[in-house]
Amino acid sequence: MSRAEPAGMSGAAPAAARRLWGLSLFRSEVTTVFRRWRTLALLGVLAAVPVLVGIAVKIETGDGGSVGHGDGSGPAFISQVTNNGLFLVFTSLASTLPFFLPMAIGVIAGDSIAGEAGAGTLRYLLVAPAGRTRLLLAKFTATVAFCCVATLVVAASALAVGALLFPLGEVTLISGTTVSFTDGLLRTLLIAGVVALSLTGIVALGLFVSTLTNSGIAAMATTVGLLITVQILDQFPQLSAIQPYLFPHYWLSFADLLRDPVYWDQLLRNLGLQALYVAVFGSAAWARFTTKDITV
Amino acid sequence: MARIQPTPGTDAADGRGAAKGRRKAVRYAVPVAVAGVAAATIGIGSALASTGDPDLPKISAQDLIAKMAASDTQQMSGSVKITTDLGLPSLPSGLGLESGGGHGGKKGGTAASPESKLTELASGTHTLRVAVDGPDKQRVSLVERAAEYSVIRNGDDVWAYDSAGNTALHSKAPQRGPDGKREAAGTPKDLRGASPQELAKKVVEAAGGTTTLTVDGTAKVAGRDAYQLVLTPKQGESTVGAVRIAVDAKNGVPLKFTLAPKSGGKAVVDAAFTKVDFGKPGADTFSFTPPKGAKVTEGGDKDGKAGKDGKHAGRGDQQSGLTGALGLPGAGGDGAAKVTGEGWASIAQFTAGKEAGGIVSGKDRSALKDAGKNGDAAGKLLDGLGSKVSGDFGSGRVFSTRVINALMTDDGKVFVGAVSKDALVKAANAAK
Repeated sequence: MSRAEPAGMSGAAPAAARRLWGLSLFRSEVTTVFRRWRTLALLGVLAAVPVLVGIAVKIETGDGGSVGHGDGSGPAFISQVTNNGLFLVFTSLASTLPFFLPMAIGVIAGDSIAGEAGAGTLRYLLVAPAGRTRLLLAKFTATVAFCCVATLVVAASALAVGALLFPLGEVTLISGTTVSFTDGLLRTLLIAGVVALSLTGIVALGLFVSTLTNSGIAAMATTVGLLITVQILDQFPQLSAIQPYLFPHYWLSFADLLRDPVYWDQLLRNLGLQALYVAVFGSAAWARFTTKDITV
Repeated sequence: MARIQPTPGTDAADGRGAAKGRRKAVRYAVPVAVAGVAAATIGIGSALASTGDPDLPKISAQDLIAKMAASDTQQMSGSVKITTDLGLPSLPSGLGLESGGGHGGKKGGTAASPESKLTELASGTHTLRVAVDGPDKQRVSLVERAAEYSVIRNGDDVWAYDSAGNTALHSKAPQRGPDGKREAAGTPKDLRGASPQELAKKVVEAAGGTTTLTVDGTAKVAGRDAYQLVLTPKQGESTVGAVRIAVDAKNGVPLKFTLAPKSGGKAVVDAAFTKVDFGKPGADTFSFTPPKGAKVTEGGDKDGKAGKDGKHAGRGDQQSGLTGALGLPGAGGDGAAKVTGEGWASIAQFTAGKEAGGIVSGKDRSALKDAGKNGDAAGKLLDGLGSKVSGDFGSGRVFSTRVINALMTDDGKVFVGAVSKDALVKAANAAK
């Protein structure tokens, strides 16, 4: 990526200038994303989910009963929440990961190019001598940054609520072994990272969809629609042959970090699958965006 | 990286449409190429996995069985993938094997009982993680989606922990023999204590009448070289096509067990290590303290089974290998059951009572009236499942799966075996 590009000009100075432009482009993209009211509203709703779950569990178990009648129904890990507030983080991530988190990502990613095109600001962005590839990279990185922030918001909110309402302490992993709270916290951080990375596939997909249209709302709707379709396809046992290649298939594998020893098979498969989606749809977005006529 | 980025306004108007089209095609080829390379890698990967049988010195079936018996591997850990396809009809929810449980047999908040988990293994693909350190420390975990079910034995304590419901079951391990040696589940009493070579000889003898034992090449299982021992039933009425056991060439531990039906198609049971390590598992693998707030049930003597079941599941591949080799007829043999036939063609016979027979035949549907709607639905379901047969014994219904067939006569006798329907009818006629 650092190859000099003598486009009319030559020498190292323009290349350095471009890199600088790329960096400031990324900075400005991130600020644009996080200054939008809709981004803040999305983050606010995401932060509210653990609060709701925590309060609901607290009320249900207020009389000493167990969660969900103790039969293992409901979202993953919910039966352990009362004993250890840390599990609220896992429950919240497990319940927001299937739809809520990716929907938020779909909104941001779908809007990134098409929204600018729809508002007529894309051509001004392209005036900056950074090039389309860099602009696309900046958009991608800014959306990935949103992935991380969104995941961290859910995790942090859940941790705060969990610490307030429930006891914290040594963590019993799902394999039955007990680890210290610090180890548990470390695993929580790792899990948040894995969840954020799990969403990179849909970032690339959303970005590609976003380069196809000039309507921001169409791109968002398509991305979220694709997500829901794929989630439904992932439910049918008849389609088990293709399911390992659907991007949400291994999303819940983050729970494997709570096994002892950690069960890496599905985790690695998940990360590999996300990398594949990023490579395929990222390059498709690049092919489309760099050859597209920008008229608006 | 492109040399020139298209600039709005100029690019479309510069008249070099052909060049632009070519560049577009080249760029779109990138994602296609990436997807193609990924697909090819996946394809080659699975093709490579199935080839490359290792070159091993030839060995006779008897020597291989001696090797299995002599195996003194005490420490191991690994992952086992079990795929079962018994050909059981998929029942509508609510009428499943654990009716009322709804999901996974977790009935109304009862403790993590191993029995219900074992029935879960009877269909589909599951991953088990196994760790063994000598006769006193074993651990088996059933890896589920965002949950895990573990049976842990550490000395005299046996714990079963279900993370989904946060429930635990505690019981004492069954007493071991005075010599401190673990009883190998599935090893017949008269063979216990025999020397490995003797044991192998006896296995071959026991199998001799009913089974053809051959060594069929080699295979790689979980990255280890293995011999393939094939057991083929001699009796024509058996529904079992062949049992293949892959035995580690170095230490004689069975690594893979496959049971193929005579009717062909997918294996009925396919259990294989996907990862195996013969090092000593960490000591904390076997320590378990029930988490705060977990519902703990103390198991009595009756529940002492838990440990045995867990152990059995853990050593499943190894033990079922031996059990299979012996063609043990006593699998379903409770006190009340009578076993006829021998080896693979054994048929268990027991009495289910007249009413049950009536329900099955549909003659006595009124018996179900009390049970209400559910019973009626169950009766209809049975109608759909069984096919009617008749013979000298009268008439009845045959329920078949891919390997096990069962005949239930109208007067309430049940004949079960891994044999063809005709053999069941013959047995019923003979019992008349």
